[in-house]
Amino acid sequence: MTLTAWMFALPFVVLFVVFMAGPIVASLGMSFTDMTTRDLQTPFQVNIVGLDNYARLFQDPRFVRSLANTFTFVIVAVPLTMGLALVVALALDKGIRRFRTVFRVGYYAPVVTSIVAIAIVWRFILQPDGLLNGFLSLFGIQGPDWLQSTTWALPSLIMMAVWRNIGTLMVIFLAALQGVPREHHEAAMVDGANAWQRFWNITIPAMRPALLFAAVITGIGFLQFFEEPFVMTRGGPLDATLSTAMYTYQQFGFGNYAYASAASYVLFLAIVILSLIQFRFLGRKD
Amino acid sequence: MATVAPASTASHAAPEPAPRRRRRREKTRWWLYVVLFLGLVAMVMPFVWMILGSFKTDAEIRQYPTEFLPRDPTVENYETLFGRLDFTTFFVNSIVVAVFVTLGNIVFCSMVGYALAKLEFRGKKLLFTLVLATLMVPGVVTFVPLFVLTANLGLVNSYPGLILPFLIAPIGVFLMRQFMLGLPDELIEAARIDGASEWRIFLRVIMPMCGPAVATLTILTFLGSWNNFLWPLVVATTEDMYTLPVALALYSVGQNAARYGLMMAGAVVVVVPVLAVFVLLQRYFVQGIALTGIK
Repeated sequence: MTLTAWMFALPFVVLFVVFMAGPIVASLGMSFTDMTTRDLQTPFQVNIVGLDNYARLFQDPRFVRSLANTFTFVIVAVPLTMGLALVVALALDKGIRRFRTVFRVGYYAPVVTSIVAIAIVWRFILQPDGLLNGFLSLFGIQGPDWLQSTTWALPSLIMMAVWRNIGTLMVIFLAALQGVPREHHEAAMVDGANAWQRFWNITIPAMRPALLFAAVITGIGFLQFFEEPFVMTRGGPLDATLSTAMYTYQQFGFGNYAYASAASYVLFLAIVILSLIQFRFLGRKD
Repeated sequence: MATVAPASTASHAAPEPAPRRRRRREKTRWWLYVVLFLGLVAMVMPFVWMILGSFKTDAEIRQYPTEFLPRDPTVENYETLFGRLDFTTFFVNSIVVAVFVTLGNIVFCSMVGYALAKLEFRGKKLLFTLVLATLMVPGVVTFVPLFVLTANLGLVNSYPGLILPFLIAPIGVFLMRQFMLGLPDELIEAARIDGASEWRIFLRVIMPMCGPAVATLTILTFLGSWNNFLWPLVVATTEDMYTLPVALALYSVGQNAARYGLMMAGAVVVVVPVLAVFVLLQRYFVQGIALTGIK
């Protein structure tokens, strides 16, 4: 029995070890060495340097900046995406019967599209004389040069990321809302609870697992923030949108393999820590 | 469908008279439509603008104030794209990679999913735990060692280099296992009593019942591969191996960067195929997200 079962698992296990588990472990190992491009053919003959790479990372202002940018991005974009998705999901769940599919398709469409293509379109929308500033000028507002401004570049990317990710969370929240027992709402209504009270005391607690799940996956996704700065700003202006994933990629490009691995492990640790925090805060009641 | 209670019976539970309540509810509903509609415009506008822009000349896109519709629509951007910039090759590369990646995931994730869901074996728990644990690992963590490995195997800038690392995915295993757990054990036992081998049971009994799960896996994997960026960017080193997103990203920062219409047309070529598939299959997409998302 065990043998047959392993036959089913074998192709997966081989690919998994070679292309996933192996590289994950190797990356950790690599981060303690001085491996660069010149060691490409002989990766096992590198010198072990202990925690040097990590020490160097935290002395590099650009890396620290990239972490700060990434965390700003996550801290602003996660609640914003969740909040808007919740509003849309509630609106779609309540009363709305006509055009429901149209709304669902429209809000979900950005999720299925290539972020590179979308980033290019947004780059033009955010031009000084682009669509967004044209729209703002209708209200007499003179919009900034979004992507060239050290103040507005990161908010621009946040805006785009929120736009792109609302759909995923909307679907998750819609599924969760369907699981909120109707009787609880009816009982509370008889007791004279208003819509707001019912929302806080019935809907939100019932959605707790979905909210936790959404916070975790959005957090993990946003910490890996890469394509947007790559296509739209290259991390600029003046590193205002340099993300940690982008920094890792740059170091890899310079041939600093070990250093890039260390940077990626810092990001990994950040993901683990963020997920643990979220589980603590949001998962408490389970 | 909820049944509407007659006003006379509803009124004793409600503090205000029914007609006024209904009027108020209709007013909220009207507002909901307005808010949702404005949101919808914001969601869809970049797509509309992208498609319209792909039929404009650069001069027209750059002109200010912006005009919404193309004055005299031109397909010149698409001609340049497929003629001079060779997007046909990138399109083919994207399709080849996505097809093989999807097939690999269906075969390998189904097999291991069957073992994890319906067979008993030593190390089962450990295997599943490891698979779940890797879900949290970001893509950038593996790409340096993966690149070293790929380089040493001589697979840089080749289809196998683009495809092999993605033939399996933890999320696919999770999806197939969860779905197969829900299939009745009795069918498998009956087949075993009839003397069918595990392989036969897998192919003839289990897989035919996995339609929805396979459909979801296909959609998610194809889409993920089509939109994948970081790894192809690292591994495809010459133009003939670029996938669509890589070509688009690299062209958009070079000398073509200022060619707005061209870049819009490029974006259309990347986005519109999946958008079309999505609109046709949106029901399954949404089910798929719900299926992989919660539970």
